[in-house]
Amino acid sequence: MLILTCPYCGVAADETELACGGEAHLTRHGPGSSDDAFHGYLFSRKNPRGLHVERWRHVQGCGKWFHAARDTVTLQVFGTYPAQSHEPPEDIVRAIRRRHPEWTWKGAA
Amino acid sequence: MSEPVSALQDASHDGIVAVREDGLQGMITLRGDLSAAAVGSAIKDVAGLAVPEGGRISGDRTGGLCWMSPDELLLLCPHEDADANVERLQQGVKDTHSLVVNVSDARALFRVSGPAAREVMAKLCPVDFSPDAFTPGMFRRTRMAQVPAALWMSDDGTFHIICFRSVAEYVFGLLKVASQPGSEVGAF
Amino acid sequence: MSKRLSTGGRLIDRSRRIGFSFNGKPLAGHPGDTLASALLANDQMMVGRSFKYHRPRGIVASGVEEPNALVNMGEGKRFEPNQRATTTELFDGLTARSQNHWPSLDFDIGGINKHLSRLLPAGFYYKMFMYPRAFWKSVYEPFIRQSAGLGQAPTERDADSYEHFYAFADVLVIGGGVAGLLAARHAADTGARVLVLEQTAHWGGRSPVDGGTVDGSPVAQFIDETVSALEQMPNVTLRRRCMGAGVYDHGYVLGYERLTDHLPYAQGPRHRLWRIRAKQIVTATGAIERPLSFAGNDIPGVMLASAMRDYAVDYAVSPGERVVVATNNDDGYRTAICLRNAGVNVLRVLDARSAGGGALMDDARALGIRVDPGRGIAKVGGGKRVQSVQICAQDGVGGALEALKCDAVAMSGGWSPVVHLWSHCGGKLLWDEAQAHFRPDPEHPPLGADGNGFVRAAGASNGALALCDTLADATEAGKAAAKAAGFRRRNTRAPVGEAVSERPLEAVWLMPQQADVGLRSKSWLDFQNDVKVSDVQLAAREGFESVEHTKRYTTLGMATDQGKLSNINGLAVLSDALGQPIPATGTTTFRPPYTPISMGAIAGEARDEVFQPIRRTPIHDWHDAHGADWEPVGQWRRPYAFRRGSESAHDAVIREVRNTREAVGLLDASTLGKLIVKGPDAGRFLDMLYTNMMSTLKPGRCRYGLMCNENGFLMDDGVVARIDEDTFLCHTTTGGAEHIHAHMEEWLQTEWWDWQVYVANVTEQHAQIGVVGPMARKLLDKIGGMDLSAEALPFMAWADGRIGGFDARVYRISFSGELSYEIAVPASQGLAFWKLLISAGAEFGIMPYGTEALHVMRAEKGFIMIGDETDGTVIPQDLGLDWAISGKKEDYIGKRAQARSHMADPDRWKLVGLETTDGSVLPDGAYAVGEGVNANGQKVTQGRVTSTYYSPTLDRGIAMGLVLHGPDRMGEEITFPCTDGKTYSARIVDPVFYDKDGEKQNV
Repeated sequence: MLILTCPYCGVAADETELACGGEAHLTRHGPGSSDDAFHGYLFSRKNPRGLHVERWRHVQGCGKWFHAARDTVTLQVFGTYPAQSHEPPEDIVRAIRRRHPEWTWKGAA
Repeated sequence: MSEPVSALQDASHDGIVAVREDGLQGMITLRGDLSAAAVGSAIKDVAGLAVPEGGRISGDRTGGLCWMSPDELLLLCPHEDADANVERLQQGVKDTHSLVVNVSDARALFRVSGPAAREVMAKLCPVDFSPDAFTPGMFRRTRMAQVPAALWMSDDGTFHIICFRSVAEYVFGLLKVASQPGSEVGAF
Repeated sequence: MSKRLSTGGRLIDRSRRIGFSFNGKPLAGHPGDTLASALLANDQMMVGRSFKYHRPRGIVASGVEEPNALVNMGEGKRFEPNQRATTTELFDGLTARSQNHWPSLDFDIGGINKHLSRLLPAGFYYKMFMYPRAFWKSVYEPFIRQSAGLGQAPTERDADSYEHFYAFADVLVIGGGVAGLLAARHAADTGARVLVLEQTAHWGGRSPVDGGTVDGSPVAQFIDETVSALEQMPNVTLRRRCMGAGVYDHGYVLGYERLTDHLPYAQGPRHRLWRIRAKQIVTATGAIERPLSFAGNDIPGVMLASAMRDYAVDYAVSPGERVVVATNNDDGYRTAICLRNAGVNVLRVLDARSAGGGALMDDARALGIRVDPGRGIAKVGGGKRVQSVQICAQDGVGGALEALKCDAVAMSGGWSPVVHLWSHCGGKLLWDEAQAHFRPDPEHPPLGADGNGFVRAAGASNGALALCDTLADATEAGKAAAKAAGFRRRNTRAPVGEAVSERPLEAVWLMPQQADVGLRSKSWLDFQNDVKVSDVQLAAREGFESVEHTKRYTTLGMATDQGKLSNINGLAVLSDALGQPIPATGTTTFRPPYTPISMGAIAGEARDEVFQPIRRTPIHDWHDAHGADWEPVGQWRRPYAFRRGSESAHDAVIREVRNTREAVGLLDASTLGKLIVKGPDAGRFLDMLYTNMMSTLKPGRCRYGLMCNENGFLMDDGVVARIDEDTFLCHTTTGGAEHIHAHMEEWLQTEWWDWQVYVANVTEQHAQIGVVGPMARKLLDKIGGMDLSAEALPFMAWADGRIGGFDARVYRISFSGELSYEIAVPASQGLAFWKLLISAGAEFGIMPYGTEALHVMRAEKGFIMIGDETDGTVIPQDLGLDWAISGKKEDYIGKRAQARSHMADPDRWKLVGLETTDGSVLPDGAYAVGEGVNANGQKVTQGRVTSTYYSPTLDRGIAMGLVLHGPDRMGEEITFPCTDGKTYSARIVDPVFYDKDGEKQNV
């Protein structure tokens, strides 16, 4: 039973107010995309043991989608941020690195 | 035109708190850029109030503004004024991307009052309702057992709860169970 | 015999007597008794039978760890099995019955199992019931079902109510003994909000029984003072009869409060489940004494030494008249001294340690109690009651040195901290060699959202068994918890307790140390599930090296007490058998709840009328008063049909269909979803959401649209009305409003967040009423208002106006093939508008119709229904809806997926109509078979029925189905062998059965 703080309304929301939407920062592939690229977009999802960046919706609250960076083993939460972004913000990356120094965002340095 | 009726026609129940369906309530949803000058002035013009801060309500049932989300307000007004207020708001914000719609009849409003009001609500919502944590002036959207609800306190012993009209009987049922005699908690 | 002592009894009110019954026998006790203490006071030592061998079982313990004293409690609507007598507070009129025996507790047929015990070893069920396979269904399973479970299942509905309560605390203290109260006090002194849970009805835990001093005063006085101080603090909440049941992620804790179990006639809920969020948690859950493993240790009259002390001090009950104490640590002497002081004859203390004990042993001897060091019990004699013990050397094989006649045996094998709550959420344990127990490893606590530990153990549950150590440990835990919760540490002092010089315990896992197999197979580990030392040793020999496997193979610790007494002893035996140290074996996993909690508490308020939300339209009560049979559609309830008098539902449907086709019908369509989509990019957005083009729709007009998910599968359909240049109103299915709204928000917030579109769900703002049939226009003209002529409002147009004095929006759309208006009015006037139509329509023969008539009429017209023709694997192309898929659009949600090879496969089953050759109605979901068999030897299928009805209009069965190459096989007959034993033959036809040209709706 997680608690995640919604970055929109500031509520430290009980998991029962939230709905999880799986891996964050997917790139949509539409008409014209290769079979492999589309297959990856539609079906391939990271399910790591460790640091994960996920989509959540404050469904029983302000209704907004946000992203959360958390450790799926220890359940440590490194931060939440609006869904209208293409990568985790710097302060969250720093917080993650303090615990997971080797972690990089999708292979970036 | 026939007389409009609320979902439960002002049903009431007395347990360790008084539970009332609070009749018809004018409610208008406004979605838009709440920081835009045009939105602020249109709101001010119609409600006579400034846009509330996040998680708060300004005013009351007769004229109030509830912060629903970063791009959504709920305007409270007398039920009979809702259509006219929708018109005025729409005029006020017509040059900016926005959505104004009357949702009065889509909702039901309940009042829960009495010294045990906080603990009755704490049986149903995953929210810290202790007097230090939740005070009049705050506005909270949450879950009430299995349905969405939005609520605020007008004074230390009175909650106002908005839910969807179709589940008014369910919410009334929840409040009846939660306020049954002998169920005082004594936690606050 | 066990009996009530003439004086004493800390917790009972001797001035009053209350009546209760056990197995129908009327008995008496005092207020303050537990059921267990009252039974013992009445010499009812034997209280049940064990699970496997049906051996007599007596009360062993005095608290939650009790494995044996489980009873059927109450009667009728308040009957509940497996209630623990040791934690049941006695009340006037209590009725209890013992369990797991037939025909009676004293004479039990199942007891024959005990003579077969050598044939029922560990893993018996796994070994026995494997072969022959055919026996499983006819012999073994019925037998196992017959003997499964303790107690009886209730037969009536529970008369009680239950509730939840959401609570928040800076520091949650679980356990109201000395450690918990002290930790709470020091945490609360910082200003932190503190919640303290105590599972029993009393504060102080064991210490009032065990004694000792705090800052020079008796510990009981310290407890009273501390509780009074905490009660005065506004930031402290104290709850008794409230057990910490489980610790979960991010500081979530369940508390199980028993409100009226002891007050059966009181008002209010029986149990309350506290759903707590705590920043920091202190577990001050104490410790549980371990039994000793000697032959016959399960015979009624053998009890934990600490429990005997509890019964004597708290309830003035002596478990016997001649008591032998067996111990491996100094605590056993406390019981000997306590019983001696209460006037009980303590025959002997058998101290397994060759050097005996410390100061307490000297005290015992000073009272005249004989102490034999280096001795143990070889065997207890007796059946339903202890009659004797045979004394032996602890380091021998069990040769009897002496036999003593006695009627009770106290056993003390050392203390195990209650680490359950520490462990629930990942706290690790370490093995304390000196005290021979596992205790919390402070370096590896459960981790919270910030990555730091959020649980601290305090006092005995942290291994600080002596009072003086507990005081220091708990003070520090309380302070540290408050600091971690963000409060400033205050310089408060820990109280000081007197130190008692104790000689260290010596671990004894088997008594005597080299007991032969005859003794080991009578040395019980798990009293409730009948697991003995020999069973665990057998499991080890058979290769069960993992403690988790051994547990499941032997059922050690799997009973309702979850091994509170047996686990440590069992894994010590396993470790010994495997020749490895105990920490290498480890423990089994501690899972919540700590003790069983009621299903009612888990359900909380969710039963009866509020079991789940039922959504009602503004016209619901009218339907209810007019014969509606209800059909659940999501959480909505819609009238299936309106039955008149003794009419069957089937006949009502036929009448409603005919009346709507011939006169006029009225449909409550309020449940259909209504979403307003507005903004400069609204058209572009809807072009992405729907398969067809919505941006070209003209204001004032309607268009039917299909919505797919990104997998390409059809997920919803409905009519879209364009309100103005940048506003659309999208109708969804009844079940679809919320999830289609969420679907729209998801795409707008997470993918196209730069598009200017707002969505609002106005489903419930309007009551929407379908006025359907050839007389519809006449009726609406009669009540008057807006012009609804074919010219003013053609098919697939909408208009705002007033009808019969109501503000209305009228959509000229049809799902029945008839002339049809769907009229939306404010929900607050929906019922009034409906009633107006009913009364004004009388002269036109108006009748309401329900969802089944709606389904029949749409099927007659070949219209698909989401959830019938679709099942999450169907694409619009399968349903012949290619006309609703825009070829012009570059993209829409699902378009790319529909280009995948499997989606474009010409062998996908396609929608057709089906007409049975004899006019009968095809069974729903029936499969059509083809030629040959598949790889599994099953008949090849070539299609299935998706909708099937009796059509009153055509007076024959009609159906729709998905069939291989269906549209190319018009006129062909296919067969449906069905589960009713019949084979149906149906002809493939066009799915539109009625009024193909739409002449009826276009008038």
